[in-house]
Amino acid sequence: MRNTYLQEVYNLAAKDRNVLSLVADNGMIVYDDFRRDFPGQYFNFGISEGHMINAAAGMASCGKIPFAYTIGAFLAYRSFEFIRLDVCLQKLNVKIAGIGAGMSYGCLGPTHHATEDLAVLRVLPNLTLLSPATAKEMKRLVNYAYELEGPVYIRLGNNLKQELYTEEMEVIPGKGTVLREGADIVVFSTGDITYHVMEAAKRLEKDGIGACVASMHTIKPFDKNFVAEAGRKYRQIFTVEEHSVIGGLGGAVAEVLAESGCSAKLKRIGLNDVYAYGYGSQEQVRSANGLDAEGIYQTIKKCVSS
Amino acid sequence: MLEEIAKEIRKDIMRTAYKGGSGHIASALSAVEIMTALYFGDVLKYDPQNPEWEGRDKLILSKGHASLVLYSVLKRVGYLSQGELDTFCQPGSALGGEPKLGEVKGVEATTGSLGHGLSFGVGIAMANKMNQKESRVYVILGDGECQEGSVWEAAMSAAHHKLSNLTVILDCNGLQAMDETEAIVSLNPLEEKWAGFGWQVSHAQGNEISSILGELKADRQCTTQKPRIILAHTTKGKGISFMEDVPIWHYRMPDQKEMEIVKKDLGLEKI
Repeated sequence: MRNTYLQEVYNLAAKDRNVLSLVADNGMIVYDDFRRDFPGQYFNFGISEGHMINAAAGMASCGKIPFAYTIGAFLAYRSFEFIRLDVCLQKLNVKIAGIGAGMSYGCLGPTHHATEDLAVLRVLPNLTLLSPATAKEMKRLVNYAYELEGPVYIRLGNNLKQELYTEEMEVIPGKGTVLREGADIVVFSTGDITYHVMEAAKRLEKDGIGACVASMHTIKPFDKNFVAEAGRKYRQIFTVEEHSVIGGLGGAVAEVLAESGCSAKLKRIGLNDVYAYGYGSQEQVRSANGLDAEGIYQTIKKCVSS
Repeated sequence: MLEEIAKEIRKDIMRTAYKGGSGHIASALSAVEIMTALYFGDVLKYDPQNPEWEGRDKLILSKGHASLVLYSVLKRVGYLSQGELDTFCQPGSALGGEPKLGEVKGVEATTGSLGHGLSFGVGIAMANKMNQKESRVYVILGDGECQEGSVWEAAMSAAHHKLSNLTVILDCNGLQAMDETEAIVSLNPLEEKWAGFGWQVSHAQGNEISSILGELKADRQCTTQKPRIILAHTTKGKGISFMEDVPIWHYRMPDQKEMEIVKKDLGLEKI
């Protein structure tokens, strides 16, 4: 998915000279083509994330369309006030791309984990939050970010092995996508952990539990109608995210359900107000924190059976 | 003539603050001559008829709490009416204690949280270079503001990118909210610090029109590839006898008795 992001920004830069790639000393090799072909549209701000975001806002005030890219944890937390005041309050046309969604940097640990980014950024007015699950979503949403005049944060996961969309399926910004139908429960998911949710759903089916899986690639503005409708249709609702259960997708779904007055039960699956445990590959860290297909399957199964 | 304008701006600042019952008066008074020289000394390029003129220079008041001086200047430019100025900090007004982009003509950046204006200015200066525009960017920083680390990230970046189209005017009044800057967290030697970060540094007496105007004019003629900074030595609360160099006036309104002294100091008949 990161490669899809890079390719789409490359394509946009080729057709629009105002499109810029800003990095904060991150993206060795992967920016080689961009640097070679558009040297005047590429700037490395060094290890200076807040400054990069603020300077991006200054550039945007002059008509530039900067895509500022580095590790999401450093963007969401260290740069927070710059995102809040310089980008969002001024409604400037800055695109913020945070790599390392969730526990992508499994070996590096919580310093590099973006596991609270959706929560802290979701509260900011004027910010569109995109969290694609697959390359197809990424492709559409990067272009949507470009088309949209205003601040956008794109959460970039690792390259996914498998596309979850068929050719006919469409990614509609702002709308949840049903990736899999199911009559018994609905699972809302976001980001590339959705692959594991789909695997878990297959196993649930073998146990006689029909799980509908929906990808919520747009965290803000949130598809409230879609969630509220699911709240009326299903008795049990699950959310899965590689993120704290507080404030992100689970938080957004809980808010909608609470306000809609439905009686469906909600279970949020993610990090339960903890920093991710352990080191290793992303898959190993997911597994250690109950966020691989097996862990998701077990949690859902237990809730459905109880 | 510019001295006369500066006097009128001081009167505006006091009247506006008094009506609004709010404002960082002493911080605004400190920067009166700097702003007067920039806007009325043929330094800053702008079009009084068209605040959005593409070829304009941009002024960012990074020490946004000194908004009273910016608003007073913008009124004199013609971007604000007296009626609008009179609404300062009141319900329904566009004029808050900190300036906001898009709500007030002539305000080029939302400021208020210190340590933001220079990075924003760096972005504009870089965009101007990309667009091969001749326009300059001016950023007014406070000296206490230089305690923010983000100022130095921006300073490094500006020097690295050879932003010769960027000038900082550092309002060096030596005070911050609670005391002298040197007593709180020492900033000196400022000249060596900025020079060490790759900037061309000069000095001016920031409350003397001839001195600050001379430096700003010289700055426009300068051909160095470095970004430039003018250390403008000023007095916080300049022009009001009981406010000058007294930290408590960072954010305080005079009472009626004190306003009588203000009127005397500024030659005002009424507020």
